[in-house]
Amino acid sequence: MSDQVRTASEKADFKSELTQVVPHLRAFARGLCGRPDMADDLVQETMLKAWAAQDRFEPGTSMRAWTFVILRNAYLTDMRRNRFRGDYDETVAERILTAPAGQEEPIHLADMRRALLTLPPERREALLLVGAGGFSYEEAAEICGCAVGTIKSRVGRARASLTAMLEDGTMPRRALGDESAHRAILEELDIVAAGNGVSEPTR
Amino acid sequence: MPKTGQESTSKLDKGKQSQRPGWANGLRQLYDSVVEEPLPDNFKDLLSKLDSKS
Repeated sequence: MSDQVRTASEKADFKSELTQVVPHLRAFARGLCGRPDMADDLVQETMLKAWAAQDRFEPGTSMRAWTFVILRNAYLTDMRRNRFRGDYDETVAERILTAPAGQEEPIHLADMRRALLTLPPERREALLLVGAGGFSYEEAAEICGCAVGTIKSRVGRARASLTAMLEDGTMPRRALGDESAHRAILEELDIVAAGNGVSEPTR
Repeated sequence: MPKTGQESTSKLDKGKQSQRPGWANGLRQLYDSVVEEPLPDNFKDLLSKLDSKS
């Protein structure tokens, strides 16, 4: 299995690359789950998994894409397994809607965050990767383990929803209590439970 | 002599794409604002512990 043991300098390189992508992992995770505390837990889990799997990282390829796959899989596993599935719509919506006092932020960013979290997870994820993370459709498709066309359609739908919410003023009053968002989450969990939708970073 | 006439017609197709919605920057900003946050200490601790975990 490990006929290829990493040298100390290779490990140092890996660590420095991993260190560099941590802020991006935090941003992606926060966009995915909306809760800073949970997002950071997810990132730490990702860092440990990435470190443990470092022999399977191909030097020269994108550390950001590689670790995003690990983070994404950890997130989906948590979503499926977690008790937070039950209080998802309540707790998350509550936290988002009651913005912390004294936190100065342009109002449109708060709206943006709220609108983002009303999107079905797979569309939110696609939009985050392409629209915020700057990945190409091809890279995003690879990260999500799906076809490029699927990513394009998810991004398109996500964009249309955001435009409707943010520019046409149809922002729902509650974030994840929204019936359709909740249904989408459950649908995604079914897909994942069936063994699809989780991509493998380290084959 | 570059022909400019043809170019402008082909741009019609792309017109829709280049019309970025007003919130597009907000999305990017949301992401970047987290990227630019100073790294919390517990992340630094974790990074410094990694070496002993191999």
